[in-house]
Amino acid sequence: MYDVIIIGAGVCGAAIARELSRYQAKICVLEKEEDVCCGTSKANSAIVHAGYDAVTGTLKAKLNVRGNELMGGLSEELDFPFERNGSLVLCLNEAELPNLQALYDRGVANGVKELRILDKEEVLQMEPNITNDIVAALYAPTGGIVCPFGLNIALAENACANGVEFRFNTEVTQICKSEDGYELWTDQGTFRAKYVVNAAGVYADKFHNMVSEKKIHITARRGDYCLLDKEAGSHVHRTIFALPGKLGKGILVTPTVHGNLLVGPTAIDVEDKEGVNTTADGLAQVLEKAGMTVKNIPVRQVITSFAGLRAHEEGEDFMIGEAEDAPGFIDCAGIESPGIASCPAIGEMAAGILRDKMGLIEKDDFISTRQGIRNPNNLSMEERNVLIKENPAYGNIICRCEMVTEGEIIDAIRRPLGAKSLDGVKRRTRAGMGRCQSGFCSPRTMEILARECDMSMFDITKAGGNSKLVVGTNKDTV
Amino acid sequence: MKDYDIVIIGGGPAGLAAAVSARQSGIDSILILERDKELGGILNQCIHNGFGLHTFKEELTGPEYAQRFISQAEELDIEYKLNTMVLEVGADKIVTAMNRDDGLFMIQAKAVVLAMGCRERSRGALNIPGYRPAGIYSAGTAQRLVNMEGYMPGREVVILGSGDIGLIMARRMTLEGAKVKVVAELMPYSGGLKRNIVQCLDDYGIPLKLSHTVVDIKGKERVEGVTLAQVDEKSKPIPGTEEYYSCDTLLLSVGLIPENEISRGMGVEMNPVTSGPKVNESLETNLEGVFACGNVLHVHDLVDFVSEEAASAGRNAADYVKEYRDAAGTRKVEDIHAEREIPLVATGGVRYTVPSTIRTAHMEADLKVRFRVGSVYQNCFISVYFDDERVIHRKRPVMAPGEMEEVKLTKEQLLQYPELKKITFKIEEE
Repeated sequence: MYDVIIIGAGVCGAAIARELSRYQAKICVLEKEEDVCCGTSKANSAIVHAGYDAVTGTLKAKLNVRGNELMGGLSEELDFPFERNGSLVLCLNEAELPNLQALYDRGVANGVKELRILDKEEVLQMEPNITNDIVAALYAPTGGIVCPFGLNIALAENACANGVEFRFNTEVTQICKSEDGYELWTDQGTFRAKYVVNAAGVYADKFHNMVSEKKIHITARRGDYCLLDKEAGSHVHRTIFALPGKLGKGILVTPTVHGNLLVGPTAIDVEDKEGVNTTADGLAQVLEKAGMTVKNIPVRQVITSFAGLRAHEEGEDFMIGEAEDAPGFIDCAGIESPGIASCPAIGEMAAGILRDKMGLIEKDDFISTRQGIRNPNNLSMEERNVLIKENPAYGNIICRCEMVTEGEIIDAIRRPLGAKSLDGVKRRTRAGMGRCQSGFCSPRTMEILARECDMSMFDITKAGGNSKLVVGTNKDTV
Repeated sequence: MKDYDIVIIGGGPAGLAAAVSARQSGIDSILILERDKELGGILNQCIHNGFGLHTFKEELTGPEYAQRFISQAEELDIEYKLNTMVLEVGADKIVTAMNRDDGLFMIQAKAVVLAMGCRERSRGALNIPGYRPAGIYSAGTAQRLVNMEGYMPGREVVILGSGDIGLIMARRMTLEGAKVKVVAELMPYSGGLKRNIVQCLDDYGIPLKLSHTVVDIKGKERVEGVTLAQVDEKSKPIPGTEEYYSCDTLLLSVGLIPENEISRGMGVEMNPVTSGPKVNESLETNLEGVFACGNVLHVHDLVDFVSEEAASAGRNAADYVKEYRDAAGTRKVEDIHAEREIPLVATGGVRYTVPSTIRTAHMEADLKVRFRVGSVYQNCFISVYFDDERVIHRKRPVMAPGEMEEVKLTKEQLLQYPELKKITFKIEEE
């Protein structure tokens, strides 16, 4: 019997787990995939929005601004990459200037600090690659970019260090009200908890509807993205948005916190909640629309494309709180943009609700910090040589594009909640995330995984499940 | 900091041939830095034969061909470090490298030979839509898994791209027990050598679909199938021509990119067509004493030509070192770049030339200018103009982008044109 079971190990589930782990409680996170950060959290714009977008008074507005404020401190405590690079919302048409002003006013009302409206010259001086059609722009210096994997993994690892149990490859199939809480049926047996947190992303409606008569509906809204080589990473320095218009928030162009250039997303509602396939139309749209705000995007430098699903709820706002007719069942649903930015505040809010309901008492041994995987690229030559002497694996480069050493990969595998697959290693170390897209390092990383996890090469997967990478040996069927 | 006369980055065919010729030209202090666990580079996974016809007048496998050069390097006592990654080379020719035993270290070189080879273009570079499951490999990665490690990446294979590695892998996968269903090629012609189409596809009854590409990849965890479609002249898929192939593996052989991150970091000037450095007749880049050869310079079809080119780079690096006056790195002769350079102009179907410039005084007796054409030409002429005068006009029955062409220029010939402003290469119909 757990005090709390959290369904889903994405950024929200992990943030809530981490916040709850401050208290004396028995907590478990159930995740259907083999790792944290496998759904919406892994494929998004990775923007820590400033907070001027959402309608004043909504949870989205409140939690975005609060989350943005918390992100800096959190990135220091939990050692994940975050940068306040600032964002610009471009107005490309005189007639839309009032909309830009309205956005500014909304930002101020939401409590966003340091907002300014810049004229054409100021914008072009800041970002010479912005289209000459620019009329004015809203500048938000507090906007930022984060490594979404780093954030999610850091939250989960810290929760784990504070006693939260994580169970992967465990898919909840049914939830039943029991006398003292809920029974969760899974493909790995039945789990019982006094309280349940529904942080299941695009599946949050499914679980909510199992316990509540007030049905909700989450639409999976697909966004296609293109990622460009680091050579293109300084094409713009801030995150560039178009003024939200009839076509929604539109396509953004942004550097990533690791120095690539990211463009996207589209917005296409899909039936399939696992439908993360990109389409030719979607990718073409991304590159075309990005060209409307930023000129000369070096599209030949695209190194990969991907799609993510936003969990869109019809109420247009985050749904965080106890389901009206299901006491002890806490929804954390409809977390679409600005979900990444808001997640620290979502964790705080959801944990606060549970603390108050359950009368939780703070632990006195809460560990508030977490050390990330050591990145030798940040060390001096002397420090690096000391490290290599201690552990020669840090002298062996496995991923030549991102210069990731064997030492980092071993760390990623051995640490608590460590990587078990190629993608798991990739999200933790960036091995395979560079311009050759794992052509060089994948066989080498597979060998390290097999050795470290004492697995057969035939059981090594790209991302768990049936995503096996090799299927036999030469001539075994001849 | 240790110093060497010549540091060679990469111990594949280019690096080895450059090292051997530099040593034979009288340089003792040479170091090869190789990132893999053995010398030989990509040849070690090319276990098919067909290598060495030009160099050794016999058919060798890739590892056999490599071994010829490795043996020479060892007989000549050339120093090398394995499992060593070069992280950076400064314009001052300080090489920063790293391995397990030495840690992070720096070496001062008098001359540097860039011989890092190339890498494969990935799916992302083509923006192929669909899912991103396991079972999508570049042909070279699959070749490593199969030929060096003995693992089968899959059982039912579709190959996109008819570059040589793709063709070779079509045959290899078939021999190892997989079913290769089709090879699709975006262009209306193959990107590989004619002999590979015959020996790797035709002989095994594997269909080659020209003007076709992959428009969708199905399978959430492992590849379940791909959809091919025919493309128009602008390489856009033609609606209604889609055809689904069930398969568990998609191999990509869609082009090679010279691996020039280190070169760019040094400030080496690049040729946007080849993605390799711009070089003069000595295969020297815009940075004095920095030479390039092999696939890092431009992607070759035949390793024999890599070896030949690299040997020239090695000799030129040796000459450069011999002309050195002191450790400060100034030359005895006048700064070479102050000398008159004749630009080579690629036009009319010729996509690029290597080298890009010639300084007549520095030429060896013969200079092979290598280039590729932009499309398929039948019964056309390779023409070379010295300013406006056509000096070479050679008929070729067939020329294709997949096969590198060459033209020999002699020093004697150029010396007759002391006022020459430019040399133009073009394809002419008559």
